[in-house]
Amino acid sequence: MSDSRLRRGLRPAPLFWAVAVAVPLAFLAIFFAWPVAALVVRGFVPDGALDLTGFTDVLSRPRTWRLVGLTLTQAALGTAFSVLLGLPLAYLLYRRSFPGRGLVRGLVTVPFVLPAVVVGVAFRTLFAPTGMLGFLGLEESLAGIVVALVFFNVSVVVRTVGGLWERLDPRAEEAAASLGAGPARVFRTVTLLSLAPAVASAASVVFLFCATAFGVVLVLGGVRYGTIETEIWTRTTQFLDLRSASVLSILQLVVISGALVVSARARRGREAALHLVPARGTARPLTWRSPRDVTAALAGAAIVIGLMVLPLAGLVARSFREPDGSWGPGNYVALGTTGERNALVVTVWEATATSLRVALVATLISLVVGALVALVVSRRPRSLGARRAVGGLDGLFMLPLGVSAVTVGFGFLITMDQPVLGVDLRTSGLLVPVAQAVVAVPLVVRTVLPVLRAIDPRLREVAAVLGSGPGRVLRTVDLPIALRSVGLATGFAFAVSLGEFGATSFLARPDGATLPVVIYRLIGRPGAENYGMALAAAVVLAALTAGVMMMAEQLRDERAGGEL
Amino acid sequence: MSRPSGAHRGTIHPGTAASMVAGALAVSLLVAGCSGGSGAEGTGGDPSASGTVTLVTHDSWALDEELVAQFEEESGYTLEVSAAGDAGTLVNQLVLTRDAPLGDAVFGIDNTFASRALEAGVLDEYTPAELPDGVEQLGGALTPVDQGDVCINADQAWFAQSGLDVPVTLEDLADPQYRDLLVVANPATSSPGLAFLLATIGAFGEDGFEDYWASLVDNGVQVADSWEDAYYVDFSGAGEGGQRPLALSYATSPAFTVTEDGSETTTSALLETCFRQVEYAGVLAGSDNPEGAQALVDFLLTQDVQAALPESMYMYPADSSVALPDDWQRFAPQADTPFEVDPDQVSEHRDEWIERWTETVVG
Repeated sequence: MSDSRLRRGLRPAPLFWAVAVAVPLAFLAIFFAWPVAALVVRGFVPDGALDLTGFTDVLSRPRTWRLVGLTLTQAALGTAFSVLLGLPLAYLLYRRSFPGRGLVRGLVTVPFVLPAVVVGVAFRTLFAPTGMLGFLGLEESLAGIVVALVFFNVSVVVRTVGGLWERLDPRAEEAAASLGAGPARVFRTVTLLSLAPAVASAASVVFLFCATAFGVVLVLGGVRYGTIETEIWTRTTQFLDLRSASVLSILQLVVISGALVVSARARRGREAALHLVPARGTARPLTWRSPRDVTAALAGAAIVIGLMVLPLAGLVARSFREPDGSWGPGNYVALGTTGERNALVVTVWEATATSLRVALVATLISLVVGALVALVVSRRPRSLGARRAVGGLDGLFMLPLGVSAVTVGFGFLITMDQPVLGVDLRTSGLLVPVAQAVVAVPLVVRTVLPVLRAIDPRLREVAAVLGSGPGRVLRTVDLPIALRSVGLATGFAFAVSLGEFGATSFLARPDGATLPVVIYRLIGRPGAENYGMALAAAVVLAALTAGVMMMAEQLRDERAGGEL
Repeated sequence: MSRPSGAHRGTIHPGTAASMVAGALAVSLLVAGCSGGSGAEGTGGDPSASGTVTLVTHDSWALDEELVAQFEEESGYTLEVSAAGDAGTLVNQLVLTRDAPLGDAVFGIDNTFASRALEAGVLDEYTPAELPDGVEQLGGALTPVDQGDVCINADQAWFAQSGLDVPVTLEDLADPQYRDLLVVANPATSSPGLAFLLATIGAFGEDGFEDYWASLVDNGVQVADSWEDAYYVDFSGAGEGGQRPLALSYATSPAFTVTEDGSETTTSALLETCFRQVEYAGVLAGSDNPEGAQALVDFLLTQDVQAALPESMYMYPADSSVALPDDWQRFAPQADTPFEVDPDQVSEHRDEWIERWTETVVG
């Protein structure tokens, strides 16, 4: 067979790829780049004349550089510990089977969606001098912030890495072991190497989440710790100092892009094609005879109990305490009301229904956009220029995680001042799911991409050589394998949407409030009843997330076992 | 009762359709949004031609459905409500969207941000025909609707047990016998925090407040980032295991800590430490429906709405002739002489004061 035939077979349908690139790009341009650019420009052109003095002003403040340092330090520490703790958990939850595994998998994602104020207050209660962990002296400390960041983000590592791990063919490890390599060496040279793309993927997402963490940094950092993000927020919402905020936004973008480039460098070349197998069958029952299993089980139990069960159990327990101090379901009964002295406009159950509806739409949008991006980015074109373009596209879709919510939110207000089809999008509430989707897309990409990239290109070549057209190659090779990780991505997108607060509070109408919005509102009022309701509502949000994640897992396993 | 709201992760918002592709995408997203029922019902149609009046407000807005129905029936307008974060965010959003306002009327601009809104020209002058006695407008455009006092609260049980007298004045808070007992909120991140900073500026003057804060720092004052954080984690009177019996809150908070039998409350507000927040309503400049906006401002001053404010928005009515709920009269009295700072002064110096506060307290 000739070389030209092979190449023709690999050349994808131009129209399909044009659409696959254009749709996500248009989405990002309209709903992200334009609003951000508009606000930043407003900061530099305050009265019709360009004013760049903000740069020298802001960049000469020692405070700015202190904040850059703090941002990088806490993000780096948060990422390192999330990966360190996430790996044994991923092994335990995706390579070993044991009773209750599904439940633990669901539980691990719960922190990811909990409102920052609830988590912040929960951790502050633990860390306070009189709290259960008061003796650790974590109050208003960098360590305290890092613990909370890991609490939020460890699930990203567990799921992204676990998703690939459970599809790794165990035979490579077995071969290495039979050649005399010890377990540690097998792990280092075979397993870890294969997992590198997923680890890098997860790490870059976690890094962005940590670098732009807002609520928990405010609550746990006290007045001493801050990030570029908290500074942008303060400058914008409190002082309307767009000049400084714009400079800081650009600084944040530079810092984040720099970090992304470094991580991409580290990642490059590690993404080897792997031999993937169906998820079902790779997990072995947990055994106490294997030292590796015992270590993983003990470490996993310690992490889950210490990092998740402890803070969450406190939350759940408190949610069952009635205002008079006795135990009972009173706070949950109250969820059908609008709170003590009508703190809310809608009941918590109505807000829950709104949350679910919005999340459904947001998930659909982010899956379509995210899957297209992942598909495009997973290709390794021959020309250097095209390869660079593909890499650029990859980085581009990570940026929404690295830009401040207020920058985008305020930017949106000034770009969307013309009604579309007679509807002012700014106040319509239509944009809530769209806004949430922009945040969820990077997660979808990072979840699906490592699996797609791990597909051996020879599979596609073989299919092409055997006479499949480009469309058929996609359908028969990429799609089935991608679909398996789509279940996971669906869960993530849904979870992001359920827990999203910043954009939603900006855009939601009072009668269209979502669950996180009503939780923030309840906790923002005095009264034991409102506080109890806020915690009960947070538990509902947590349970909902765990349920959705477990369903997504289920869906995935069935798919994997089916004809796909 | 506004507070800073925030997310722990970055979030995003959209833009308008500029090109064909963009337009098509936006339309498809619109459709998706509608089918998702994401609170979009009833926003269709052309607002300028219909009888819709859109109220832009902060996220603490809450008014009985019955009252909303009453307004719609009496005025013939349909009321749309759009919430925009806390009071500060609200004003900043209005300033940014001056050329294409988010709605017709606004409620919730308070006296710590009022001058910024007036200076930016986001409001049309409007004086309701029937302004209740004692209600004074600001700049001919902002009509007060309600008010509330931000004051230090005390855990009475704690003081009874320790044998200490409950402090009375701001000076008392710096007295060594009350060392390590007070928690406040950061004025840079919390609107009650800012209100309390203003109380100290009202009390000690522009030149004296730093010294006062320095003495509070010497006396072990704790600073939390938000009211929630201070009240629920640190305040012993909230019943959540906090350790500090003095916390920054509202004069109305004691009405939330009433005992089971309703006979008394376990906390009290120090009424000589208060700053009065006043919330205003007004007509947005460039409104599509100025008449509707005016009707709405009038409506907010009616006896019915004023009487409902304590229960719905947890604020005192601006019209002092309106009867208050019983437990408010008993447990949540207002300060007789709250500290005041001229709104123009606040507007001019707010940022500088916060920076000076930060220098003094955080260092």
